[in-house]
Amino acid sequence: MIIEALIAVTFLAALVTFVLPDRYAGKAAFALSLIPVVGSLFMWQQYDASGNALLGGTVAFETDVVWLQLGQYDLHWMVGVDGISMPLIVLTTILTTLAIVSAWTPIAERQSQFFGLMLFMEANLLGVFTALDFFVWFIFWEAVLVPMYFLIGVWGGPRRKYAAIKFFVYTNIASLVMFIGFISLVFGLGDSISSLRLPEIAQALQAGQLGGFAGLSAGALASVAFIAMFFGFAVKVPVAPLHTWLPDAHVEAPTPVSVMLAGVLLKMGTYALLRFNFTMLPETARSFALPIALLAVASVIYGALLALAQQDLKRIVAYSSVSSMGYVILGLIAYTTYGVGGATFQMVAHGLISGLMFMAVGVIYNTTHTRMVTDMSGVADRMPVTAGIFVAGAFGYMGLPLMAGFAAEFFIFKGAFESTVMEAMPLFTGAAMFGIVIVAGYLLFAMQRTLFGPFEFDGDYDVTSAPFHDVAPLAVLLLLTIVLGVSPDIFFTMIQDAVNPILELGGAF
Amino acid sequence: MTPLQTAPEWTAAAPAIILAVTGLALLLIDTIDPDTSSNGLLAGLSTLGSLAAGGVAGWFLTQGTGMESSGGAITLYGDALVIDGMSLFFTLIFTSVAAMVSVASYDYLAGRRYQGEFYSLVMFAATGMTLMAMSNSLATVFVSLELASLPSYALVAFLKKNRGSIEAGLKYFLIGALSSAVFAFGISLVYAVTGTLLLPEIAANLSVSSDLVGVLGLGVLMIAGGFAFKTASVPFHFWAPEAYEGAPAPVSAFLSSASKAAGFAVAFRVFTVAFPLGPVTSLNGGGVDWSLLFAVLAVVTMTLGNFAAATQENVKRMLAYSSIGHAGYALIGLAAITTDGGAANGHVLGASMAHLLVYGFMNTGAFLFIAMVEKWGLGRTFADYNGIASKAPIAATAMTVFMFSLAGLPPFGGFLSKYFLFLSAIESGFWWLAAVGAVNSALSLFYYSRVVKAMWIEEPSEPLEIGSQPVGLYVAVIFAAVGTVLLLPGFRPVIETAQTVAAALF
Repeated sequence: MIIEALIAVTFLAALVTFVLPDRYAGKAAFALSLIPVVGSLFMWQQYDASGNALLGGTVAFETDVVWLQLGQYDLHWMVGVDGISMPLIVLTTILTTLAIVSAWTPIAERQSQFFGLMLFMEANLLGVFTALDFFVWFIFWEAVLVPMYFLIGVWGGPRRKYAAIKFFVYTNIASLVMFIGFISLVFGLGDSISSLRLPEIAQALQAGQLGGFAGLSAGALASVAFIAMFFGFAVKVPVAPLHTWLPDAHVEAPTPVSVMLAGVLLKMGTYALLRFNFTMLPETARSFALPIALLAVASVIYGALLALAQQDLKRIVAYSSVSSMGYVILGLIAYTTYGVGGATFQMVAHGLISGLMFMAVGVIYNTTHTRMVTDMSGVADRMPVTAGIFVAGAFGYMGLPLMAGFAAEFFIFKGAFESTVMEAMPLFTGAAMFGIVIVAGYLLFAMQRTLFGPFEFDGDYDVTSAPFHDVAPLAVLLLLTIVLGVSPDIFFTMIQDAVNPILELGGAF
Repeated sequence: MTPLQTAPEWTAAAPAIILAVTGLALLLIDTIDPDTSSNGLLAGLSTLGSLAAGGVAGWFLTQGTGMESSGGAITLYGDALVIDGMSLFFTLIFTSVAAMVSVASYDYLAGRRYQGEFYSLVMFAATGMTLMAMSNSLATVFVSLELASLPSYALVAFLKKNRGSIEAGLKYFLIGALSSAVFAFGISLVYAVTGTLLLPEIAANLSVSSDLVGVLGLGVLMIAGGFAFKTASVPFHFWAPEAYEGAPAPVSAFLSSASKAAGFAVAFRVFTVAFPLGPVTSLNGGGVDWSLLFAVLAVVTMTLGNFAAATQENVKRMLAYSSIGHAGYALIGLAAITTDGGAANGHVLGASMAHLLVYGFMNTGAFLFIAMVEKWGLGRTFADYNGIASKAPIAATAMTVFMFSLAGLPPFGGFLSKYFLFLSAIESGFWWLAAVGAVNSALSLFYYSRVVKAMWIEEPSEPLEIGSQPVGLYVAVIFAAVGTVLLLPGFRPVIETAQTVAAALF
């Protein structure tokens, strides 16, 4: 029941915030958002799952009741968590609270609606990460788009309308393609399933129940469904060349929304890839190892190169997300315990670090009102604390040891080198590792020009140090990044426990 | 059987009786005090009457009145009326819409004359619709259809000083008269062939000689025309944009939700009971395949409605065309019936009924939001809606819920009802109908989201002034929005009831 309570309380908090007067909304949203934080930490403390939720493992906090009947299928309200979803739930609640605090300064109008929508999005995100029935999951998945559309479209920058509609169209088309892919799998399974619960579908697929459908043989159907679902999720991740909505959305979105977008929404894509493509169709995934690894390396390198070419700090961070997400894909396709586990760990680590970076850029923007690298230099003179945290976060991004980014990337590279999905995997891994050098390059270059050197600023604003409530979320994120870097086991143990059953599938390769 | 085992059988018609009595009581108040300004009393009484009728219908439904669990349908007055699960289900739709419209009219009519007449006309129309859902004979079908239509004409033309309203009323009346004539002619042809007006007896007398099959076919076609008028389907749809645009917005809400559902109620019953598809398609000398007719009408109606809606600049007119589009979706319920469908027939018909219920909430809500905008004195085009959300966020949120739900986006009731409708069409083998519906539904997001975009994202060209906060309209709109949202998690009882009562027709 705790998952239902968590989601319901968050919805309620959104509703309350929405009708509050504007001047209380920010503080109230912060206070209310602490309830899901406490709830998720309590869940983590009580967590008792083992194995993978889809592959017959014990699911924590499971509820499974029939909700509706749809033809021959029962739709269940089925929720629960395992080692893959638990860290993401904690990430979601903590990051939402911090994003809400970071919104106090930049959001100056229609606050109650803004904070209400943030909480509404959080509730749906919790639904996405806990739902274990396809239909329920899909409803939450789609419902996340609606608040995001408004958050970009109403509070965004000058080109917000274009960015919002681009985001909405891209992700909706992606959802449609993914939906068709998944439903064709369901039709292919025919009578061997009686509900759309993900565990039931995953297990029926493992048992070889997939038949042909619409003139396709079982193998062809699996390939088609895999490609359709991969496309749908890859837009969300995003994987190059499907990433073009991301920089627009990020640049136009207000900082707290960018934090949520990079920190949690992108993880919906990788989470779904892991849950659907790589858990349900492992053999098909292995047979596509070459193109997927190519896409992963292309994302890493191309994203980093694009970041190198940017003058806008936010764009730099946005493109480097594309690069970091490429590592996740590389880890997933490696099909080793460190590869897939590291990819899952990277979802959390990148959520924290990219959140940190976006917030740091936002804090600087709050006083300078520009994000252009060329417009400022020596900001560290005026904003020493912010600059310090910015530098620390950037080093986290580059994979400085003892920070979460290092652990995640180390796991991924280790896993990818050990991978047996194809001969050339170490080659791809080496190519992807080169991305780190570029990341270090553009981050150092950007910091050198903006933060250090003599203070210069072409603007009418008075650049002063940021207020406490702007810096506090940064400090919390930095602290969490270091804690996770020093002892990755607090999440990695449960992640590996949930990931290993996936690796035992289709061991014939 | 009624829930009260000792009660006389006529008590089963209680919902219709309550509505009629409420209408008369409203007239009585108006007679005693013709210049009354106690709008609250009138609106309250009308709301109370609708809620009481709806409550009784809901109570009957849960008790199984007229359903197989308690002895089957109850027929009254020489089989002229029948009370079964389907009539009660539709009564729930009519009464909930009537209640929302009554509450909303409290503000809309403030300061206007002839308020007593307005509410009593709404009640009489609701009575007519309830009787339509109960009709078991072509004679009662015709009479109750007129009982529902005549008050509607007057309601559309209610704004006597407004040219648009008068024009709409006249156009509605003329096309209504024409379609009534066609309908009556169709009834006479069917009577000529089968020698009876009772629906079950028509089905029993279908084995006609081969030279009369053509006459029967013509009769069926003409009867279908009458329903097309009432449900605003092609080819008798063209009154709808004018009438909905010209009428006072609460009346548009009432017509496009309740009146349309009433048309479907009677169409569902007449075609499944009087002309069961198996016998009518295998008559001597040819068959009358009305399922094919409705399949064509469904495709044309939904496509025409959606494309026309996409080109509108006026929000109310856009909603009118969207309402035509939704008639097309609901027609799938009849179109996807097959001779050997078995349980699938009940499923698709039930899904269509469930969609009409959800539609009753979201569409009524959308028109009532327009009533609110009219009350505020803003214009009617998309551009006039710019920036409403910054002044009235709660009403705008409700409207957003309606728009996304009408487009079939999760997480709202319209998503599930459309989904079930399309899926049960696939189950019956009509995957192409479902595909056309899904494409139309995706297209519809374009024009629904324009309203949302205008309200939330666009800036008003000149500062927006919103005067009053009309309480009644707010209550009705929020009620409809909450209903639309709650129909997602609470869809199970709706779809199960609808499919059970629909299955009883076959």
